[in-house]
Order: sequence, then C-alpha cells, then structure tokens
Amino acid sequence: MKIVFFIAAWVAILCVALICVFLLANGLPAIGEIGPLNFLLGTKWKPGNDLYGIAPMIVGSVYVTAGAVLIGAPIGIITAVYMAQFAGVRLQKLLRSAVALMAGIPSVIYGFFGLVVLVPVLRNLFGTGKSVLTASILLGMMILPTIISLAESAIRAVPKSYYEGALALGASAERSAFFAVLPAAKSGILAAVVLGIGRAVGETMAVVMVAGNQEIIPNGLFSGVRTMTANIVLEMGYAAGLHKDALIATAAVLFVFILIINFLLSLLKGQEAQ
Amino acid sequence: MNKISIQNLNLFYGSFQALKSLSMDFQENEITALIGPSGCGKSTLLKSLNRMNDLVSSCKITGQVLLDNEDIYGTMNVNLLRKRVGMVFQKPNPFPMSIYDNIAFGPRTYGIRAKMRLDDIVEKALTSAAIWDETRDRLKKSALSLSGGQQQRLCLARALAVAPEVLLMDEPTSALDPISTLKIEELLNALKRDYTIIIVTHNMQQAARISDKTAFFLIDEMIEYGSADQIFSLPKDKRTEDYITGRFG
Ligand SMILES: Nc1ncnc2c1ncn2[C@@H]1O[C@H](COP(=O)(O)OP(=O)(O)O)[C@@H](O)[C@H]1O
Ligand SMILES: [Mg+2]
Repeated sequence: MKIVFFIAAWVAILCVALICVFLLANGLPAIGEIGPLNFLLGTKWKPGNDLYGIAPMIVGSVYVTAGAVLIGAPIGIITAVYMAQFAGVRLQKLLRSAVALMAGIPSVIYGFFGLVVLVPVLRNLFGTGKSVLTASILLGMMILPTIISLAESAIRAVPKSYYEGALALGASAERSAFFAVLPAAKSGILAAVVLGIGRAVGETMAVVMVAGNQEIIPNGLFSGVRTMTANIVLEMGYAAGLHKDALIATAAVLFVFILIINFLLSLLKGQEAQ
Repeated sequence: MNKISIQNLNLFYGSFQALKSLSMDFQENEITALIGPSGCGKSTLLKSLNRMNDLVSSCKITGQVLLDNEDIYGTMNVNLLRKRVGMVFQKPNPFPMSIYDNIAFGPRTYGIRAKMRLDDIVEKALTSAAIWDETRDRLKKSALSLSGGQQQRLCLARALAVAPEVLLMDEPTSALDPISTLKIEELLNALKRDYTIIIVTHNMQQAARISDKTAFFLIDEMIEYGSADQIFSLPKDKRTEDYITGRFG
C-alpha cells in the first residue's frame, strides 16, 4: 500500500515538473529568438510580420483581472459576511447551494451568458459590447463562488467573542461585523481574493467570448481587449514554427503569474497560521 | 438611588426557565456581587441587563428591567442601552488590532473622529483602568501582545471609553493570576464612585472584599440579597450559609 501512496503523490509532482519543463524548453528559446524585451514590452503582435510583442495581452490580462476583482471582491465579501453573520439557516442553505452551483457551471456557459445577455445590454448602454468592462463583469461573476466560500469560512473561524465584544460597546450589528469581525479574518479574506485573482487570470473560454480580442493595449473600459489566455487559444490551432513557440512562451509568462499568485497565497497562509 | 430595577423577570431558553420571577434593585455607585453555583443563571441575569441575550434566538423574557425608570425592553434603542450599560467578559476579548484602536473602537462608533479627542479619550480610559503606564509607549502594538491580566484591564478600559453608567462584569478575574486579580479589585473600588458595578464572581473572598451588596442565587432563584457584611457574617437562609461556608457549589 505504501508504494501506491508514493506513486500517487509523485504523479502530482511529476505533472507540475513536466509542465514546467515543457513551457521552459519551448518558450525560452522563442523568447531568446524574439528578444526578451521585444517579447515582453513589444506592443505589436503580428505573427505575419514576425512581430511577437505580448505587452497588449499582459496589460489586457491585468486589466480584466483587476476589473473582475474590483467587482467580485466587494460583492463576494459582503455576501460572505451576510452568510456568516446574519442570514437565517434556510437562506444560508439556499445561498450555499447557489454558490456551489455557480462554482460548477462550465465557463463556456458563463461565456454564452455574457455573449447573449451582457454584450447586447452593454452595447446599448455604452456603444461597445465586447470590452474590458464586459469581460470584467463576467469574470467578476465567475470568481464570486471562490471568494464567497473561502471568505465565509474565514469569517466563521473568527471567535464569537469579537462580535459580542463590539456589540457590548453599543456598536450596531453591521459595524460589529465589518469593523470587529472582518479585520480579524483579514488574512483569510485576502487569501480568498488572491485565489479569485488566480481564477480570473487563468480563465479563457468565457473571456474569449466577450472581450473582443483585439491585440491592442486597451485605452479604456470600453475598449476591446485580448488576454494572454485568449491569445493562446485563438491562434494555437493554426500556428507553426516561431509563432507556435511564441504562444508557448505566452503560456510560460502566464505560468509565472500563477506562480507569483501561489507564492502570495502561501505567504498569507503562513500569516494565518501564526 | 436605584440605577437598575428588575421587576418580576422570567427568562426562558426555549422551554427551560433560567430565571424565575426575579425582582431586585441595583444601587448607583455601589458594587453588587452575584454569587451562586454554576448554572444558576448569573451570566443570564447579567446579559439580560444589556440585552446580550437578544443574540440567543430561543431566549424569551417577561417582566421589566428599568434603567433610570425606563424599560430597557421597551422602546429604548438597544445600541444606546449597551453604550450606557457596558460589559466586561469572563475571558479577555481584545480585538486583534492595536491597543489604541481597541480603546477607540467605541468612541469611533459614536462618530468621534478627531485625533486629539480620541487621543484624550484613550489616555483617560487606559489611566482609569490602571494600564496607561504599561501601554503608553506601545499604543500602536497589537493588543494581543499583552498578558492576560493586561488584556482584561484593556477590555475594562475599552468599556470605560464609551462613558457607560453601569458596568457588568462576568467573572472578570477567573482567568487571571492573583496579582492581576488584586489590581482589578482595587480598580473596581476606585471606579464605583463614577459607575454602578454589577459583578459575577465564583470567588467568595472576592465578593466579601469588594461588594457593597451581595445576592446569592441557587438553581433559578435568588435566595438572599443584602449588604455584603450581612450576607457573609449573618446569612438569614440556611442555603446561603451552606454555600458561603463551602458546603456545596
Ligand atoms: N444560550 C443558551 N441556551 C440554552 N440554555 C442556556 C443558554 N445559556 C445558558 N443556558 C442555561 O441557563 C442556565 C443558566 O446559565 P448561566 O446563566 O450561564 O449560569 P451561570 O452563569 O450562573 O453559571 C444553565 O442551566 C444553562 O445551561
Ligand atoms: Mg456564568
């Protein structure tokens, strides 16, 4: 039995290692050939002309992720506070199954919802339908279940005595929840947000469907945008040679983003353990 | 003068009755000690004076609790009630924030934002709780870095910072060492000039030392209530005598 555990555990580690090797082995030479600065800071992505600058896609990913967090984090945290502190048992159950369902919906369905509902509405309101804003709203929705469920358990782990102590000073239930309980759950809530960021950065299908995908640095909320993930999935099917390797290099950059996020997460976990 | 007057109070947790037709008064500027074996409803009584029992959904109350002749279960705003009737808990419960922010939490709740004003309140509250000298140089440090005894005095200071009229204390020294306990007792003696203090204690000597009046509870009833001198030297009820001489409880 011991050997089974051993093998099972090493499969996971091996997978990560293989992905690393694959990304680096194919990505690094391409980055070398294009030139690291031309690749990372170049603003022109024109494979036909051998121009492979991914700055628009890096900026695009950062924009839609930031937008998603600005929308998803407040809503998610407020929902979590409500679930942990105020909602009645039946409403809690309802909310919890809604959140679980949200987490299970495939991203292509979110994408369809965005395409059929969000895009026309936003087009009517602001003139452009597929934009940074649309992608941010949709991603904001998609990271809600991650943020809500993690933030809720962080808030639940806070000793009741903080809430009671604040109430006993004459603070309202809301002030007690937001200013005594919430700060005590700070690191857990930050971890929830960071994990949400990770989801948003990596999301592909839904974003492709609503972002417009122009390979330009977006000049505002209503500009079309292409993320790193979208760049890869849109061109992988027909790319060859350096073009294909440049896409793998894009994936490597994405992977570095995810590594940074995981690093932040483990820092926060360490803080929580103290 | 009567600060709080309880009239025919019955308190139920679901179908379980924790307090039975209780009537008693608490005098202004006195320390009243509530004693009795575990489970006789001392904490319950305390929590019904600042309506912390509202948090227990199964809790039902009949009768009246008058604060300065106004029924606290009537139209009185519950947050304002808790501002006037402060509470210190059995286990020190400082918020996980700085010492300063702990004390300023209450005043900020009431809209005081000016730094000078807050600084002043914080210093006064910490001084009244005899912990200013230990904390003046580390106000920005986490309150959790203090010792248990210091934390409890910090919680007392936090309660004092909202300028309450009544202080409820539920076995405030049961988690503390003897020296910290003595400090808190001395403090209470000094504080009763300005506040009405009601304290639950398991410690008979403590009740005898610090209280002006003592009430003895058993199961769900008040058995005897009188001056501390009388209760501890000439108890009228046999059960009180048995309890204070340590024959049960
Ligand atoms: N939240 C509650 N729900 C149900 N019963 C409770 C609750 N709190 C206290 N009780 C019961 O009420 C009685 C009095 O409890 P308590 O006031 O804590 O006693 P004491 O402080 O004197 O030890 C006990 O029998 C206890 O089990
Ligand atoms: Mg008790």
